[in-house]
Amino acid sequence: MVSVVYQAPDTLEGAVELLANSKITAKVLAGGTDLIIQMQGINEERLVVDVKKIPGMLEATLDQEGLRLGPAMPNAALTAREDIKALFPGLVEAAYLIGSTQVQGRCSVGGNLCNSSPAADTIPALIANGAQCVIKGPEGLRTIAAENFVTGVGRNCLVDGELLAAINIPRPEDRTSDAYLRFIPRTEMDIAVAGAAVSITLDSEGVCTAARVAIGAVAVTALLVPDASNALIGTKLDEAALQSAANAASEAANPITDRRGTIEFRKHVVGVLVKRAAKIAADRAGA
Amino acid sequence: MEKTHVTATVNGDVKEFLCDPSDTLLQVLRDELGLTGTKEGCGSGDCGACSVLINDRLVCSCLVLGVEANGEVVETIEGIGNGDKLHVIQEKFLEHAALQCGICTPGLVISTKALLEENPNPTEEEARYYLAGNLCRCTGYDKIIKAVMDAAKTMREDA
Repeated sequence: MVSVVYQAPDTLEGAVELLANSKITAKVLAGGTDLIIQMQGINEERLVVDVKKIPGMLEATLDQEGLRLGPAMPNAALTAREDIKALFPGLVEAAYLIGSTQVQGRCSVGGNLCNSSPAADTIPALIANGAQCVIKGPEGLRTIAAENFVTGVGRNCLVDGELLAAINIPRPEDRTSDAYLRFIPRTEMDIAVAGAAVSITLDSEGVCTAARVAIGAVAVTALLVPDASNALIGTKLDEAALQSAANAASEAANPITDRRGTIEFRKHVVGVLVKRAAKIAADRAGA
Repeated sequence: MEKTHVTATVNGDVKEFLCDPSDTLLQVLRDELGLTGTKEGCGSGDCGACSVLINDRLVCSCLVLGVEANGEVVETIEGIGNGDKLHVIQEKFLEHAALQCGICTPGLVISTKALLEENPNPTEEEARYYLAGNLCRCTGYDKIIKAVMDAAKTMREDA
């Protein structure tokens, strides 16, 4: 375990100051379900900035503008929010799939995003919902789209002194819903071999007027797949449209072969997941 | 390493202790506070043996820093019963012989308490999913689930 220098500031500015001025490697602590494990077996000093005392970090507010998600809100608290689930069932499903009940008690969507694993379940769901990440740094606030936040395996756009301050998701139009599906070899508590999140907007005739398709665990970062989204827009999500979206997702996927799945398997499965998630999202949007 | 002063409510009592910020809550509970009922299994949040409640939320104490407990309410296996009287969940684990080596048991009892507070009438499937983060290498889970379902029934009848 690293030698921890612990700080728990109660303002964003205080956190930025600590992170920006640290002489030693500084890490942000939310739920710790990744960070505390990553600190094991390392013999050096680290500044750990616990952000959970900062107002708003643990809360979510939903209003006419949309959802403002505190990045450190435990998934157990998020998944208990029926109002959020009603608008973003796919995002809540993705959050619910992560880890055990114990892990759910600590892990967070913001932590999932900042840990920046290619297999993170909530990142495709954030991308599909058009989430915007609000970042606080020494220069002030900046906002970046979720699809541009992660830049590589375990890497993201945060520079020294910056932290994720909020995740904003615009309120979906009427007759819009989302879904997230992943493939794992077990029934639960596993890491995605492939994942797909889809948001669908339908008109009163059941024609898809807007769609966002995002895929996970099949490239170094989760990907927004505009070709798959475009294959769905203007259709009634018939088999041909769904297959065309699936093909676009398989084409966009650039996975690796590892012990959990081969390139060929992942490319195929991610297409199947897109198809199924699009159908679920459309059923929910039309309901 | 400079130690940090921490005040937390543990099993209903206000406890003050000095904590190395690198120590996990699990280490603090066992080594500083002598509450050795909470067990270390994997140390990486996978097995649930170290389960405790913080502000009524179920967590693995090996994935919490001891300093994070400052100002919080922690409940461990030692706080489950009432003096010498066992909690119904503990009685049912004994009655159904839902343990062999016993390392997973405190965590399972705590997790079962959290489950039944959230959902007093779980289906067997709901109970199995909720408790999936508590690994047991001895029992094969069957007796544990029987104990949990029986405890749920008894607690509903007593409520």
